[in-house]
Amino acid sequence: MANKTLIVIGNGMVGHHFLEQFAETPAAADYDIHVFGEEPLIAYDRVHLSEYFGGSTHADLALGTAKDYAAKGLTLHLDEPVTELDRDNRKVLTPKGEYTYDAVVLATGSYPFVPPIDGHDRDHCLVYRTLADLDAIRASAEGRKTGVVVGGGLLGLEAANALKSLGLEAHVVEFAPRLMPVQLDADGGALLKRKIEELGVQVHTEKATTAIVPGEEARLRMNFSDDTHLETDLIVFSAGIRPQDTLARSSGLEIGERGGIVIDDQCTTSDPQVFAIGECALWDNRIFGLVAPGYTMARTLAARLNQDAEAGFRGADMSTKLKLLGVDVGSIGDAHGATPGARNIRFNDEQAGTYGRLVISEDGKKLLGAILVGDNGPYDTLLQYALNGIDLPKNPESLILPVSEGGAPALGPDALPETASICSCHNVSKGDICGAIDAGCTDLGAVKGETKASTGCGGCAALLKSVVDNELEKRGVEVSKDICEHFPYSRQELFHLVKVNGIRTFHSLIKQHGKGHGCDICKPAVASILATCWNEHIMATDHVPLQDTNDTFMANMQKNGTYSIVPRIPGGEITPDKLIVLGEVAKEYNLYTKITGGQRVDLFGATLSELPEIWEKLIAAGFETGHAYGKSVRTVKSCVGSTWCRYGVQDSVGMAIRLEERYKGLRSPHKLKFAVSGCTRECAEAQSKDIGVIATENGWNLYVCGNGGMRPRHADLFATDLSDDELIRTVDRVLMFYVRTADRLQRTSVWLENLEGGLDYLKEVVLDDSLGLGEELEAHMQAIIGTYQCEWKTTVEDPEKRKRFREFVNAPEKKDPVQHWTTERDQRRPLAKADIA
Amino acid sequence: MTAHSNWEAVCTVDDLVPESGIAVWTEAGPVAVFYLPHHLPALFAISHTDPFSGANVLARGITGDLKGEPVVASPLYKQHFSLRTGICMEDESVRVKSYPVLLDGDRVRLKVPVSQRRFSAA
Repeated sequence: MANKTLIVIGNGMVGHHFLEQFAETPAAADYDIHVFGEEPLIAYDRVHLSEYFGGSTHADLALGTAKDYAAKGLTLHLDEPVTELDRDNRKVLTPKGEYTYDAVVLATGSYPFVPPIDGHDRDHCLVYRTLADLDAIRASAEGRKTGVVVGGGLLGLEAANALKSLGLEAHVVEFAPRLMPVQLDADGGALLKRKIEELGVQVHTEKATTAIVPGEEARLRMNFSDDTHLETDLIVFSAGIRPQDTLARSSGLEIGERGGIVIDDQCTTSDPQVFAIGECALWDNRIFGLVAPGYTMARTLAARLNQDAEAGFRGADMSTKLKLLGVDVGSIGDAHGATPGARNIRFNDEQAGTYGRLVISEDGKKLLGAILVGDNGPYDTLLQYALNGIDLPKNPESLILPVSEGGAPALGPDALPETASICSCHNVSKGDICGAIDAGCTDLGAVKGETKASTGCGGCAALLKSVVDNELEKRGVEVSKDICEHFPYSRQELFHLVKVNGIRTFHSLIKQHGKGHGCDICKPAVASILATCWNEHIMATDHVPLQDTNDTFMANMQKNGTYSIVPRIPGGEITPDKLIVLGEVAKEYNLYTKITGGQRVDLFGATLSELPEIWEKLIAAGFETGHAYGKSVRTVKSCVGSTWCRYGVQDSVGMAIRLEERYKGLRSPHKLKFAVSGCTRECAEAQSKDIGVIATENGWNLYVCGNGGMRPRHADLFATDLSDDELIRTVDRVLMFYVRTADRLQRTSVWLENLEGGLDYLKEVVLDDSLGLGEELEAHMQAIIGTYQCEWKTTVEDPEKRKRFREFVNAPEKKDPVQHWTTERDQRRPLAKADIA
Repeated sequence: MTAHSNWEAVCTVDDLVPESGIAVWTEAGPVAVFYLPHHLPALFAISHTDPFSGANVLARGITGDLKGEPVVASPLYKQHFSLRTGICMEDESVRVKSYPVLLDGDRVRLKVPVSQRRFSAA
């Protein structure tokens, strides 16, 4: 039975959070709880205040309802400011009466600082904190053109966003040389300024306002110390906050020199019956102007009132991750590198509009702080490094450099300690998540419901998912690797379904094993599986709609909708006559020509309807398709080898041609590149290929799963001194095993890295035939080779298939009109979109 | 036919490719016509011009459905466009024109508003 009274003064976000945390604990039963709010509205989300102008109402932003409060037994006094805290008699006074207490919680928050500029109190000089403030701003903006925000910090930019959404021409005036001086450095601030100006908000930095006077063209004029001025219809001050400590001050509680109610680690003020939390509280001479530390104080106090001796507020991480006017901004820990000996890594991509800075400890091992502008992608990972003191990887710059194929090297969930904070809004650690899973949660939704993780700002959603997936997997729970919304299977599972059940069309596969009608993810994947299993012509009617345009039209679409053509030139060996044909065709159709890295010739700029005409000529001259458009074998690059080279020990060109002729047309999860070098000098760069062959005195060394391009990987030595036939047999098995087990769009390099058991396992399967699959793999490859046909030859000979290449079916003679060309270095190329008037 | 628009015959049923698109030239410029036999109605027509690249390529995209909405994915940058409304699923502020389309015997007819007609016709 309650016999004591607890009074909470202030019904803002932190005061509300305290009630949420405290109301249902055992100690709360001892108290009658009264809550006093100065505003007429129940606690609402001030972090998303600008959404009020985007159509959100108080009800949308409210954190609770009067009903919730009543249900928890709380007595809510809204629109009833506390005017006096009488500590001698333990009572609070309001205009409506007086209330005695046993304990008081001050959660009075802060008020906006208005600099004492001459004229700051004129009409239409406003602030930005409450919904009432926003109503005043809206009224003032009615029918007006311009608005100025004084202050280029976090709140100032939010306010600018609010003005912009009211349709005003918004300006930001900042005294410091850059925006967000607390969180950002000079380069980060400069980029943020540029990006915000691109969004139509004008930024004026290093401007000190000296006076606000009546304007000539607008209501007000701001005069600056550099003798410039700016006219505006209204001014919103957002130049920082000050703790709302008036009540505490007049009651004689200890106040900091520059304001703020002094509290200890238990949130107790100088009076043991009075507590303070949130922005009004001064801890270790610091005010915390963010909601998360306020929440931590609220939780601390709730625990402390429940006699939890461990509970204590020990400072807070002030890292922030925001979207300001649509621009990502992140700031972590020691963002300015104030720690002695700290080192910096900066990456400033002015072209892409992203900036990243890492502040690293003197020994290079720990992340002390970071700044991100333009892309908050790396934020979650960086925060985990900084908060948990996790050792940095060898190349920490990889954490902020642009994302490469397969995503940034995110911190694996296994690397995080149990104490790692995953959701800072609700203070959920990795340990809490593991606990929830151990207690029976078997999916992301259940974990969210149980722990509340990722239900605050949602910034940790991706991290939470990877932790949950990883933990579930570790416990043997299957995690969705579904290819897309239409099939509850991975690529490998689909492959098995097709193969085992003898399925030959997409339609029957989706009817039997999927739902809906497919999409651009599952259709090409299934097309590739069908081609691998049955090797039917990809232009067969059933298969046409499954393919990407490149596969459908057997050419590579370029940026203006035209195509490029790459005929096969096995091993890079070509006769002069064939070279002349390429030149003649290119000339006739005005094609841009370029030599590729794979020792072929690429012909650019053919329209859809020209493709079959061009191929007719190429086929007549003995060319075949080069499959440059497909997820299939591209080229086998070679050096001239022993036939010409003084150093060559084997006929590398001959072997390259043999390999290319054998595997051409093979469909696979991703493209495949080969090379053959005639000696150990490795002129063909075989070790950067999916299949690399290097000649030895005794035969061939085989290297597998290398990659060039975006994510280079050296190929691994797989077998040595193979004879010609041994080499072919080994490559047959490796390729077929890859085709059967890799995921969609997974290159051999990534496949091997993800293959359980890695290289040794692959050697066992292929060289020792540990699965007894060897013959089957070879037979499958032989079957595919046996059914090879040049797709272009089949197409040009079939009038029905050629119909597909009409640009406009009702106007066969009409060429695509939207093609803007220019000439550069004597060849034709498309004009950039920006250059087209 | 009304005063403000014109049901233009653009091709025949034989020209259509099931589960895929073809391009036709109309008085309003290039239009992509899609034939999804399992949908009712089965014909859709939207602009052939990809707004992100300016290239005339949408008829060459892969069709399908996302959460039940029939879509085509641009072959260039892979954004999805609703075949019913032309709205881009990734960025709803982007929308390509969509046109009423129907079968008249074995002829496919498109309703092209007069105001959109180009004077520099084919």
